[in-house]
Amino acid sequence: MDAAELLNWVRGPGLQIAIAVFLLGTIWRLIEIYSLGRKPDLAERRHVPGASGWHTLVRRSIPIPGMFQRSTITYVAGYAFHLGLAVVVLLFAPHIKLIQDLIGLTWPALPSQFVDLMAVVTLVAMLVVLIDRIRQPVKRFLSTFEDWLTWAVTFLPVLTGYMAARHLLLPYTLMLSLHILSVELLLVLLPFTKLFHVFTVWPSRWFNGDIQGKKGVAV
Amino acid sequence: MNEKKSGLLIDNLARQGVSRRTFLKYCATLASLMALPPTAGRAFAEALAKSHRPSVIWLSFQECTGCTESLTRSHAPTLEGLIFNSISLDYHETLQAAAGSAAEAAREAAMKENWGKYLLLVDGSVPMKDGGVYSAVGGVSNYDTLMASAKGAAAVVAIGSCASFGGLPKAQPNPTGAVPVSELVKDKPVINISGCPPIPVVMTGVLAHYLAFGTLPELDKLGRPLSFYGETIHDRCYRRPFYDQGKFAKTFDDEGARKGWCLFELGCKGPVTYNACATVKWNDGTSFPIESGHGCLGCSEPDFWDAGSFYRALSLPTTPLEKVALGAIGVGAAVGAGVALSNRAAKAKAKAAHQTATLDDLEK
Amino acid sequence: MSASLSRAVDILKEVIDAPIASYFNSCVHCGLCAEACLFYTESGDPKYTPIHKVEPLRRVYEQEYTLLGRIGKWLGLSKPISDEELGNWRELVYDSCTMCGRCTIVCPVGNDIVYMVRKLREGMAIAGHAPDGVVGATKRTVEIGSPMGVKLPAVKAQIGHIEAETGLTVPLDQEGAEYMVLLSSMEIINFPEYLSAIAKIMKQAGKTWTLCSTAFEATNSGIQIGVSDLAKVIVSRIVEGAERLKVKTVISPECGHAFTAIRWEGPNLIGRPFGFKVKHILEVLDEFRAAGLLKTEGFEEERLTFHDPCQIARRGGVIEPQRNLMRMVSKNFVEMSDPGKYNWCCGGGGGVSANDDAEEIRLIAFKRKKAQLDEVKPDKLVTACANCRIVLEEGLEHYQMDLPVVGLTEMIAEHLVEK
Repeated sequence: MDAAELLNWVRGPGLQIAIAVFLLGTIWRLIEIYSLGRKPDLAERRHVPGASGWHTLVRRSIPIPGMFQRSTITYVAGYAFHLGLAVVVLLFAPHIKLIQDLIGLTWPALPSQFVDLMAVVTLVAMLVVLIDRIRQPVKRFLSTFEDWLTWAVTFLPVLTGYMAARHLLLPYTLMLSLHILSVELLLVLLPFTKLFHVFTVWPSRWFNGDIQGKKGVAV
Repeated sequence: MNEKKSGLLIDNLARQGVSRRTFLKYCATLASLMALPPTAGRAFAEALAKSHRPSVIWLSFQECTGCTESLTRSHAPTLEGLIFNSISLDYHETLQAAAGSAAEAAREAAMKENWGKYLLLVDGSVPMKDGGVYSAVGGVSNYDTLMASAKGAAAVVAIGSCASFGGLPKAQPNPTGAVPVSELVKDKPVINISGCPPIPVVMTGVLAHYLAFGTLPELDKLGRPLSFYGETIHDRCYRRPFYDQGKFAKTFDDEGARKGWCLFELGCKGPVTYNACATVKWNDGTSFPIESGHGCLGCSEPDFWDAGSFYRALSLPTTPLEKVALGAIGVGAAVGAGVALSNRAAKAKAKAAHQTATLDDLEK
Repeated sequence: MSASLSRAVDILKEVIDAPIASYFNSCVHCGLCAEACLFYTESGDPKYTPIHKVEPLRRVYEQEYTLLGRIGKWLGLSKPISDEELGNWRELVYDSCTMCGRCTIVCPVGNDIVYMVRKLREGMAIAGHAPDGVVGATKRTVEIGSPMGVKLPAVKAQIGHIEAETGLTVPLDQEGAEYMVLLSSMEIINFPEYLSAIAKIMKQAGKTWTLCSTAFEATNSGIQIGVSDLAKVIVSRIVEGAERLKVKTVISPECGHAFTAIRWEGPNLIGRPFGFKVKHILEVLDEFRAAGLLKTEGFEEERLTFHDPCQIARRGGVIEPQRNLMRMVSKNFVEMSDPGKYNWCCGGGGGVSANDDAEEIRLIAFKRKKAQLDEVKPDKLVTACANCRIVLEEGLEHYQMDLPVVGLTEMIAEHLVEK
């Protein structure tokens, strides 16, 4: 299979498989998780402005006092990598075109040079995250095979995307094919690994904020 | 066509009114196009001038004659044309006067006479399904003709995307079982000059290189001359700055289209198409598709017919996803519901098994 | 699988719900919860990472409530939880977690880890892996009525002392009183000043109040050990007492987890909302202050700081009242770093102070409080939880810090305007 055939495969059958597994897995896992339900809380609720699940949805992105100083690398690299990823994924013209094709929504793109820069920022931040995971005793202690795997399948699409855009190492067609293939791998694994936090983080934050919010504590 | 079969190329050209100066200029241009070093122009000319008219056999299989059209449809006699006139084109179904068994006899004679030395040019793909019955000449299948003709060839040149990669006949579902030449001929050098059609100068460049040096130029992984197929259309496209700035034509008649913005979103396949269109251009360097306002179709790449609509951006899926997506959501919901019911039952069972804890339970 | 283990797994299956499933699926192993936990920050040992402490719960969740986990278990890829493993987790689930909930407010994906520890303890206790100290306290609470074994005669004796000393009446079982005051046994034995302070304050505020002979004890070891069935037995006494005496409000004493037990867990344990209100004493005092019913005179001369009990501030929502009250009687009140809902635990909540096995790690964890105090250098440390008070005093003594610890209510009482 040469590069052009591979490209046709990843844009056609490969994408179909990936999207199918991703959607199937996501729906299944979401139902599996949230159908467990929870008991209603019978304690009388305190009403304090700013203390609710919805507030925590947003507020939890900001560290509480002292934490930034204690874990500077985790926060800085974490922000850089998540924001960089968001820019690269959501504000690159070809990606927007794809999103428009899939769900019909569209928005303006950023210049490709800026997206390239953000890809570098993301890659560097991800390397920092990896080194930190290897060096920091707590992270190393917590890490399982899944942590390394999910790091790799997140890193690869950014790396191949950047290398394709910059024509590094391999011919563009092959690199582009590998880029799309790596995204498909990411999609396939997402519902079944910790990557699923892209969905569960929001209800988790909401539950957390709701539980503390009932007590009148804005967290 | 069957003129004298002897004489040097330069003499032939002179007879047809091409001056030595014009010839040198042509050789210099060709050398630079082929990325030979600057000094190579003269050496190229010298070598080319001294070359003898080689015998060339041109076989046409599952093709549309577009490649031949590309070579011959010039407003004025071009040097490409003259070079072609200067080779001994011993067999070409479209161009030759002879027909029927006489033509076949001529081919056989030329092969015999130049055994091991002639160049075999092929346009069109070879049908392999059902014993190759889908394309035959004089009752002989294309496959048999190809294999027989390739046996005595010095090299095989696959002209156009059909011969190079299978092209349109190989497009899904490939009813004739079409295959490219390179899949059949394994014991001779095969050079692919892809494109639908290929650029004329690319063909003559390769022939000239062979005539001058007796070797084939450096090839890429797909067997194409690297000097012409080394870069993508996108990388050499004059509209590239608009891509980098994120300026895209959204329709063929919007403001962006009028301003000459990038055609990526209109399906241009320039980014993944390796060819010289953006630099050599067509019709004596007049223009090329993107300059005329249409995106690149990617015709010099394998399976370009199967790469989805010509008007769908490269980053889009080639096949519709709605059915697959809906199906997956349905199955996912069913699996989820199944797990949810089973979980509910498990939880109810655990609850039913609950014995109220007493202090004794705390002791191990 | 032993009977107790299978019961434990069933209990865990009962308590695992959508939030827990959501939390386990959200964890990215970032390790930030460790940085929020004083057992990790002071020991540096990664095993004290909060999310790691609930690993057995995660395994039960995965093996029982996820399709892939069930397939994995069926294929023998993952081993079911063993009794030995649960036993190994005791030091993480009981000894080195005070359920202070600091990890809960730090976790970037929003995992409420203390919620999960509380539920894991349900299974651990039934499997017989609760620490002896906490088991003993629970037994005494259920059998005798108080974790320290205090019985009604002891309370009556204290009432007698206080009535003699203050000349005020301490009502017992007075039906129709507005407030029913609860005590923690620590207050009955070690800090009787609390009860006399209440008597004085209620007198000044002109409020009717009462103690209850069948429900004077507020603490609930059932919550700490993590057995809801027993916690329900204990909390039901208060509910019955309050409903029998027809009081409007039950006042939780200066005790952290007692407030959590009655205010937040209580209605859920008995399965219905209360017909009365539950307030922490600090809330009541602050209401009196706001209504002008609490009049004080004079100010503390010394430099004071306030230790927020976790269950009252971060997990109880009582944050401003103590500050209003502190300012009422002090002009030299300084906050420690990370005050209010961000406070660091004393290290002895959640049953840890009742657990002898935990003493060593508890004293290591106390270095956090020590560092905070060293920063502020107060002359006196004020708090509002009898358990915090004992733990703070022990820690201060261990590190040879000469710093008096007082309860806020009694300090307020000292400044009451005498009529």
